Amino acid sequence: MTQVPLIHILLLSTALFFIGMYGLLTRRNLITMLMSVELILNSVNINFVAFNRYLYPDRLDGVFFSLFIVAIAAAEAAVAIAIIINLYRNFRSIDVESADEMKY
Amino acid sequence: MPNAAYIACILFLPLAGFAVLGLFGRRYLRNFSGIIGTGLVMVSAGLALWLAWQCFFGAGDAALAFRSHSLVVLKANWLSFSPQLSIDISAIIDPISVMMIVVVTLVSLMVHIFSLGYMKGEERFATYYAFLGLFTFSMLGLVLSGNLFETYIFWELVGCSSFLLIGFYYERQTAVAAAKKAFIVTRFADLGFLVGILILSFQAKTLDFKGLAILLGDPHHPQTTFLGISLLSWGLTLVFIGGAGKSAMFPLHIWLPDAMEGPTPVSALIHAATMVVAGVYLVARLFVLYGYDPGVMQIVLYVGAFSALLAAIIACTQTDIKRVLAYSTMSQIGYMMFALGSYGYIASMFHLFTHAFFKALLFLCAGVIIHQVHSNEMKAMGGLRKLMPFTHICFLIACLAISGIPPFSGFFSKEEILLAAFETNKTVYWIGLLTSGLTAFYMFRLYFSIFWNKPSHGHAHKLPLTESAPLFILALGAAFAGFIPFSRLMSPNSAPETGSVFGPMAIAPVTIALAGIGIAAYLYRKESNRPDRVAASFKGFYQFAYHKFYIDEVYSFITKRVIFNLIGKPAAWIDRNIVDGLMNFLAVLTARISAGIKGLQSGKVQDYVLYFFAGIAGLAIIFIYIYT
Repeated sequence: MTQVPLIHILLLSTALFFIGMYGLLTRRNLITMLMSVELILNSVNINFVAFNRYLYPDRLDGVFFSLFIVAIAAAEAAVAIAIIINLYRNFRSIDVESADEMKY
Repeated sequence: MPNAAYIACILFLPLAGFAVLGLFGRRYLRNFSGIIGTGLVMVSAGLALWLAWQCFFGAGDAALAFRSHSLVVLKANWLSFSPQLSIDISAIIDPISVMMIVVVTLVSLMVHIFSLGYMKGEERFATYYAFLGLFTFSMLGLVLSGNLFETYIFWELVGCSSFLLIGFYYERQTAVAAAKKAFIVTRFADLGFLVGILILSFQAKTLDFKGLAILLGDPHHPQTTFLGISLLSWGLTLVFIGGAGKSAMFPLHIWLPDAMEGPTPVSALIHAATMVVAGVYLVARLFVLYGYDPGVMQIVLYVGAFSALLAAIIACTQTDIKRVLAYSTMSQIGYMMFALGSYGYIASMFHLFTHAFFKALLFLCAGVIIHQVHSNEMKAMGGLRKLMPFTHICFLIACLAISGIPPFSGFFSKEEILLAAFETNKTVYWIGLLTSGLTAFYMFRLYFSIFWNKPSHGHAHKLPLTESAPLFILALGAAFAGFIPFSRLMSPNSAPETGSVFGPMAIAPVTIALAGIGIAAYLYRKESNRPDRVAASFKGFYQFAYHKFYIDEVYSFITKRVIFNLIGKPAAWIDRNIVDGLMNFLAVLTARISAGIKGLQSGKVQDYVLYFFAGIAGLAIIFIYIYT
């Protein structure tokens, strides 16, 4: 079985990161934005795992990091959804454009 | 023998009175404040007399040390900047300081007692006594202080209490103006004093009077010069300017007549007997140094003589009795100054001593008279001798004393001053003689205008004991203080002073004084138009003197026209346009910049994400392509 070259994985992760970034910047719906953030986090996960495999195959640090990130992403999703619910109660909408009171 | 504790008591009891009355007087101690203040000063005066008795007549080591001017007590290290430079506190006990303590506490006690009746019913009675206590404390501190810096502290404190008491009736516009004037003029002079202190102490590397005298008096001490005049002379001249301001010497005398806006007992205490002689005392304190410098001595001599004559001329034309007395004070202090200038150290101190009695007496009598006729103007008075016989006698004694008629106290001290002047400078001797005649004239002009001149009318008030007792005691002092063997007590080595005052030298001053009295009697004893005719014959000069030689006008011209226009306005322009302008420019700049960039904070989350991302990307580019 031939190994997948590292560059392929990195390209995938980069693509995932920029797709997430694009979603985060262009979507107006907060739920979609949250999903974009998850994409970004997962692109980082892929990087961790890939570099772990190719640089230090006998160690597991990168894998554990990605596990931590998964856990934190779950917590973040919970907090973000709580914020979104509160926003909805205040503005009757989850459009990010409607929440722009905090400015100069 | 002098033990430090009770010297401290003399000093701090009046301060305690100030603290207690100032804090609780108006609310809790209204009716007792006078008694408390007077009681404390009475104890202080008693201790001072006891100290004087022990010092002058006691036996033992301390009394011997005292007589050789080397007794210093209450030493404390106060500010030590470095082992070489420290400012200490100490009290110096020598003949002149003990004499001053006695004068200050006694006159202060008399004024305290007198005010019990005189100031009764004042709204701020307790405050008044608190201020008197503060003044007494500061003045005692001033005369006791053992180094120049300490003197300066107390010097400012007496200035402050003087300011408070001149402005005591602060609802009167004139009193407020007078208080400010006194404060500003003396402050201006004190600037000279402070610079003088710095120069002297920089030279001598010490502030102690003894150290100063030893170091600066040493002829081998290196002399630095500035503008061709030695720094010692500069220092002494500047210190003398401070003294001249406090002692109302020409041209810094303008505040003293206005200071008469204060309550009359205050004028007696501060502006006649004690504070205004602080300048004389300062010069006397540094007399050893002044003695080394004939040039500065000449300044002291001529400023004193000129002030004495000028004030005497002005006093002849004034009609407000307190102002006459104020100019008379200035004239007598001029006497003391030129006595110092002609090396008549003992004579000057003696005159200071006797002057305190008769001038305080004159002011207190003036207070009684003003209460009787409710006016300060001489024209409103006349024929009062029937109504107030006791005051009349006291006033007469004081007038005879100040005119130098034997055997009243002023005669002795004035003789010694004239003797000293005769031996050193004939011009000043003649000025002194002329001033002595003028003094007799204006004092008896005052006397005859108040007590004779017109037929008496009105009804007599009975003089309360609180007012008659101080008058009586001061009258005793004014009459007999001259018999105290002053020069024997004061001279450092107890050597008998040469010559007696009852010599042929006494003929001229007494004759000229009697002539002055005679002229005053001729002009003012009966109501007539003679004074007006005399005034008319001096027309221009009379007007000139009546307006105090326009010195006030010169000052206001200088301040309002010259200083305001040439210094004040440019300074205000610089302040408004350059100093404020710089600050305004910074503020405007900040506002502009923040207005320009505040749009960045749009409140939109996605914008922030974009900035964040751009920042990270920027950092990444920097790290990847530049720092590799």
